[in-house]
Amino acid sequence: MRDVAVIGVGMNRWGELWEKSHRDIWTEAALQAIADAGVERVESMYVGCMSGGLFMGQEHLGPLLAEQLGCGPIPGTRVESACASGGLSFRQAYFDVASGAHDIVLATGLEKMTDVDGAAATYALSTAADQEYECYQGITFPGLYAMMARAHMHRYGTTRRQLADVAVKNHQHGSMNPLAQFQGKITAEQVETSVLVADPLRILDCSPITDGAAAVVLAPVEMAKKLTRKPLVRVAASAHATDHMALHDRNDLCWIESTAVAARSAYEQAGIGPAKLSFCEVHDCFTIAEVMVIEALGIAEKGKGGEAASSGRTALGGAIPVNPSGGLKSKGHPVGATGIAQIREAVMQLREECGPRQVGKARYGLTQNMGGTGASSVVHIFERI
Amino acid sequence: MDVGIVGFGSYVPRHRIKVEEIARIWGADAPAYKKGLMLREKSVPTPDQDTITMSVEASRHALRRAGIDPAKIGAIYIGSESHPYAVKPSGTVVAEAIGATPEIHCADLEFACKAGSEGMFIAMSLVKAQQVEYALGIGADTSQGAPGDALEYSASAGAAAFLFGASKVLAVCEDSYSYMTDTPDFWRREYQFYPRHAGRFTGEPAYFKHVLACGRGLMEKAGATPDDFDWVVFHQPNGKFPMRAAQELGFPKEKVEQGWLCPTLGNTYSGSSPMGLAAILDVAKPGDRILMVSYGSGAGSDGFIWRVTGEITRVQGLAPHTRAQLENDPIYLDYGTYAKFRGKIRKLSA
Repeated sequence: MRDVAVIGVGMNRWGELWEKSHRDIWTEAALQAIADAGVERVESMYVGCMSGGLFMGQEHLGPLLAEQLGCGPIPGTRVESACASGGLSFRQAYFDVASGAHDIVLATGLEKMTDVDGAAATYALSTAADQEYECYQGITFPGLYAMMARAHMHRYGTTRRQLADVAVKNHQHGSMNPLAQFQGKITAEQVETSVLVADPLRILDCSPITDGAAAVVLAPVEMAKKLTRKPLVRVAASAHATDHMALHDRNDLCWIESTAVAARSAYEQAGIGPAKLSFCEVHDCFTIAEVMVIEALGIAEKGKGGEAASSGRTALGGAIPVNPSGGLKSKGHPVGATGIAQIREAVMQLREECGPRQVGKARYGLTQNMGGTGASSVVHIFERI
Repeated sequence: MDVGIVGFGSYVPRHRIKVEEIARIWGADAPAYKKGLMLREKSVPTPDQDTITMSVEASRHALRRAGIDPAKIGAIYIGSESHPYAVKPSGTVVAEAIGATPEIHCADLEFACKAGSEGMFIAMSLVKAQQVEYALGIGADTSQGAPGDALEYSASAGAAAFLFGASKVLAVCEDSYSYMTDTPDFWRREYQFYPRHAGRFTGEPAYFKHVLACGRGLMEKAGATPDDFDWVVFHQPNGKFPMRAAQELGFPKEKVEQGWLCPTLGNTYSGSSPMGLAAILDVAKPGDRILMVSYGSGAGSDGFIWRVTGEITRVQGLAPHTRAQLENDPIYLDYGTYAKFRGKIRKLSA
């Protein structure tokens, strides 16, 4: 396997992009990434998209988007792993380059979610849970994460305020991200008095419905050295794990095993432990998700994830900034694009291109992208070389 | 020739339902709705009230103020999205009831919530063109909102009628302007009982785009600025939208409040901005200038600049004020009675 670098990143402002089609949104991000990489064309491309069919009435995105690119009849592959589709799309592109099959490969993510109404969007998202054993009983995603939150609060004493502090931190970070959907800061009181969605989760505990795309270009490290004058960012680890689909089948409601398994593999591949990380981009689809994910990543002790945001440890300027981009909470969560946007943030942080939200000089950064309630997790570690 | 309003009147049904009562039934968060919509309660029509009966009441109030022979009314236009009949005009019944038949032109209009201001525009234009001596423009609705939908908290009932003429004018129309695009934000297809809407799409690209463009376009056309107006009234789908529109156009809250009926009236659809205008005319002083901007989904806005004349003080006390109807002796309904009144539940006939 060859060493692989990320040599270009692209993304536009996320939000309710009613004036644009999925073609426009995706093509803008893809062309930006290609321009940033300084290459003329790509040889292969991947698109992470959770549900083109239910959100846009459009499947077969590989050829549709390859055509937009104008790079000829290149292989175009759509990758799906619910909200982890973006992370997994990157992992396929990584294998494509590492294996030697192609040299310059585009990894992208896309979701256009706001052209359907709230009920249709909720239904589309619910297909990431177990339809037969969970959804048919009436459960929705906020309901599932609410149960996880309740369990965590009950067992470890995690507080309502600690959950709010995750949202406050991520919106504070997102206020410095000009591409974020919501750039306003919020207070813990606002979170705690916002509309109740599924007790204890309130609307400001939840990531939004978003239209958006993101793209990155990968190349072998040896070739990348000649292609770009920008600081080189190497893929130090790529890991993927799955777990029981339905929440009730898990061994532990308070623990995201797929993330823990993928993280163990990633740390081993990179030859580092969590202490070496300068920052993480994690899947905070709900505030409780960030709490549980940082425990699974070994950034916080088991059961102590709640304290991390409240103590300032995971804020910019803290020991290990988590979600300097603003996370899904503030940046937005176009599900298929989220994993790629996390990688874009990691690459830009390692290149020191993040302006006011720059974590400082960084060597290692981790991204964690998750599908459903953690039935799939994709973890990558990036290193500046 | 100064053409304008020679008589105006409104009608507000006496029954109300509070946001809390609707939220109680649907398990919804009442404080969040009250804050989000800036709305506390809404008017409810009784089973024997509809767009026609409310239009008759409002027209009678307008006629009392105008003091003219109703037989001289040469045209009647009723704008509504709740005309009781799909085929057969509301206007014929209203014209007959107020004594304006048979030498009269009539049409029922529909343009979502701006059908009322359309009627006003056409009625006024016919007088300007000297086709008729007097013409009546009415906005009235018993608005529909599906059970449990966000619209149910605001969809209410009311009417306002404006009689246009060229003598003893109470408020001269100094200028008008319309702004329209094809924007599908809210609709009801044939045979459907309740309208559907595109959620948050009804805000930025729909209401705000058209209301702000119309307000700005009209002020630019007239060479006016917000300082030139004493009052401003917008379409009021909820309490929040018109307040934000005012702020974005540069009007202070004080100029909005008199015509801002929504917090206790709800959204009377075609009646909304016309009723707000009536509430302003109830208290306006000679020389006052009023900016009015309606909004109808689909979508478009009509804007008017009204200059109040010295005639106004003579007629203000001749018919019930809009705010008095809104504030005096409301009867609060429980959800069950409300559901019966609105035909949401029906008795099985024998």
